[in-house]
Amino acid sequence: MNLTLRVWRQKNRLDVGKFAEYKLADISEDSSFLEMLDILSEQLVADGHEPVAFDHDCREGICGMCSMTINGIPHGPEGGITACQLHMRHFHDGQTITIEPWRAKPFPVIKDLVVDRTPLDKIIQAGGFITARTGSAVDANAMPIAKGIADYAMDAAACIGCGACVAACPNASAMLFTGAKVAHMNSLPQGKAEKDRRTLAMVTTMDGEGFGGCTNIGECAAVCPKSIPLDMIAHLNRDYAAAQFKNFFKPVA
Amino acid sequence: MNLDSKTPAGPLAQKWSSHKFNMKLVNPANRRKYNVIVVGSGLAGGAAAASLAEQGYNVACFCYQDSPRRAHSIAAQGGINASKNYQNDGDSVQRLFYDTVKGGDYRSREANVYRLAEVSSDIIDQCVASGVPFAREYGGFLANRSFGGAQVSRTFYARGQTGQQLLLGAYSALSKQIGLGKVKMYNRHEMLDVVKVDGHAKGIIVRNMVTGEVSRHAGDAVVLATGGYGNVFFLSTNAQGCNVTAAHRAYKRGAGMANPCYTQIHPTCIPVHGDQQSKLTLMSESLRNDGRVWAPMDKETAKKIREGKLNPNDVPDEERDYYLERKYPSFGNLAPRDISSRAAKEACDDGRGIATTGLGVFLDFRDAIKRDGQKAIEERYGNLFEMYQCITGDNPYETPMMIFPAVHYTMGGLWVDYNLQSTIPGMFVGGEANFSDHGANRLGASALMQGLADGYFVLPYTVGNYLSEQGVAAAGQVTTDHPAFAEVEADVKGRIDKLLSIGGTESPRSFHKRLGHIVWEKCGMARSKEGLEEAIRDIQALRKEFWENVRVVGDADSLNPELERAGRVADFMEFGEIMCRDALMREESCGGHFRVEYQTDDGEALRDDDNFTFAGVWEYKGDDVEPQLHKESLVYENVKLATRSYK
Repeated sequence: MNLTLRVWRQKNRLDVGKFAEYKLADISEDSSFLEMLDILSEQLVADGHEPVAFDHDCREGICGMCSMTINGIPHGPEGGITACQLHMRHFHDGQTITIEPWRAKPFPVIKDLVVDRTPLDKIIQAGGFITARTGSAVDANAMPIAKGIADYAMDAAACIGCGACVAACPNASAMLFTGAKVAHMNSLPQGKAEKDRRTLAMVTTMDGEGFGGCTNIGECAAVCPKSIPLDMIAHLNRDYAAAQFKNFFKPVA
Repeated sequence: MNLDSKTPAGPLAQKWSSHKFNMKLVNPANRRKYNVIVVGSGLAGGAAAASLAEQGYNVACFCYQDSPRRAHSIAAQGGINASKNYQNDGDSVQRLFYDTVKGGDYRSREANVYRLAEVSSDIIDQCVASGVPFAREYGGFLANRSFGGAQVSRTFYARGQTGQQLLLGAYSALSKQIGLGKVKMYNRHEMLDVVKVDGHAKGIIVRNMVTGEVSRHAGDAVVLATGGYGNVFFLSTNAQGCNVTAAHRAYKRGAGMANPCYTQIHPTCIPVHGDQQSKLTLMSESLRNDGRVWAPMDKETAKKIREGKLNPNDVPDEERDYYLERKYPSFGNLAPRDISSRAAKEACDDGRGIATTGLGVFLDFRDAIKRDGQKAIEERYGNLFEMYQCITGDNPYETPMMIFPAVHYTMGGLWVDYNLQSTIPGMFVGGEANFSDHGANRLGASALMQGLADGYFVLPYTVGNYLSEQGVAAAGQVTTDHPAFAEVEADVKGRIDKLLSIGGTESPRSFHKRLGHIVWEKCGMARSKEGLEEAIRDIQALRKEFWENVRVVGDADSLNPELERAGRVADFMEFGEIMCRDALMREESCGGHFRVEYQTDDGEALRDDDNFTFAGVWEYKGDDVEPQLHKESLVYENVKLATRSYK
């Protein structure tokens, strides 16, 4: 198929940036979206131009590195997958495809489609862990965990930290990301000891990094490549309210 | 080159505990005086960095991705082995040890493998404590499944995302230490060289991939956990960024490179669709618990399927060759990876392959769905089936999956002793980057086990021992002002300038693809003397062409993916030759290394234990000079060498 690409080009953080238009011919419908961009890169290099910079690594939908908004939707139109899992059979001959970086204030553009997502790491560093020093663990079967709880924790833990939720949200909220991590750890018995401390610290950091609040729009869950449900935000709100309440009477940390 | 394995004396089962007792300790108050550099943030690197920081050392950790959570360990699907024997089916440390040695075709070091089996239980405990949501049974206890090369169910899993969950466990421990300031994390930094002072590894040179700044980092010890070199084949299941640069640079500074020819070709990957493909996708080995592998008995049937004239579901049972079940009745579809891959290749070479290219066989769930119902299959493998459908457009619940072997893992790597120390004192190597535990073939679900064993339970002890031996007076004494740093930094910068100045006509990706083609054809699933000699000549010619005609656009002072790729491809060009030399030297077939000259009458690998029971370790002798081979002979005191049989 033949395509017209409108791609965001921005030299660095300080550059203003603009769309550039490229024509691509003979793209196989079995190619992945990123393979299509590889072909564009080769074409640009052959003409002596710099290729489009974009983040990508595993190309199987799990590392969370790829991050691009395709025709206005983070990770593209298919839903439930990352950009690297999107295949060209979902596009048609002659189509114009617009490709932009994640657009969110806490994620400044580094170059072209590459953005800086370190604020997500900072939220985890603040409390997204269960403190279990290496060597201190008891036998893995010492504490049975009901299958339902383990499954729920796994649903939440499936988050790949790509940041599509933030990019899709008009408030640039990171509450689906934070909620998923809180739900994963707070729901497991191992995570109970630090539950309140964790929730407060992660929310404080999230706010401090400039992410907005949730106004129940739901775009985040709609674009999430791992289909993390909106319930995770409800879980976060619940645990946050409880932690604040307890903290009011007696500081939890 | 000194290849003393430093294996502790005493009975196998006591070696690690007595070694732990004999190792020297560093007083808790003194630990903060030492700086440790960890390169890589996957299971081995992430776990080591977190554990060393917990002990009190100052750690600097580097990764090329934008976050340590993205290391390629994340992509492992199926599971992690441990000898818990929760299934009451006869597992034990001894059995996991034995299976791993046998699975590795008797080319690994006994003591290392035993230690791996020994700490495997601690890994599961540690992971559960840190919140890894492993699959559980209704009673609340942990569930297990089976993997290739074993007759017990010892694999723990978290749906089809076990690697992700284990990595997130290590990442959260690491993140805690970053938050506490005990680990300084350097994202988007690529290590480009090692710095030695008085023969000891004392630092690294890295490039900030965003600003292009080349900087020096000093430490009292350096840990490399930089993964495998599967991308030398261009197409593999590795992530795009996986590379051999850190290991290869260490090799060029004096670290021995062991068994580079031991590469693992995974039997169940989605077949190649065209020449623009950038990556191959693995379908977890766990699928072989329920899927049955087959190819048509008849070439004509295969042809009709290839041409789309026949639906594979319409092929009657008597015309299907369930070749793994036929050839290896006791292990069936769970025969080890090397054996299953070769069997698939045989069927395709025989003209019975399917997929449009003829390079594919079926993995069929028809019988399992009939037996257990679609819901049960969905619960076990739902996400894998979705992934398959997403890539191929076919629904595997209705039509059998098509699979073909692809490069997946590399057993070879930097040589290390029992302490995981390379031939450069002070430089430790963990995870896939070292060579130590899997011999000539790795069993499924053992890579995660090894990464975490090295990171959580081995390196934190052995690095401490080394630091203690150096003495507290030496802690933090070497700084980046030392002239050795300036020298290596100049080398690194010179190389970058050279790559940018060639101004040729061919892209780094194009060279990479050509290199991949050579090694896949000549040093892939089947290797021969003639082929390997040809490959060495071809690689040398290609390397020459690369340095004359590569075109690297962009500059050195900003984010430049072309420059990153060019540097990595340049190293693969040198490394690929060593790999072929190693394959040429090893005149036997073992595990993933199959030399067509050395096979039994029925096409099985034919080992030569009299002449090749050693690890082949290569020493760098200069550019365009043949590397020198050294041998660490492998002594088997506890396992009797036998012809590996899965029949």
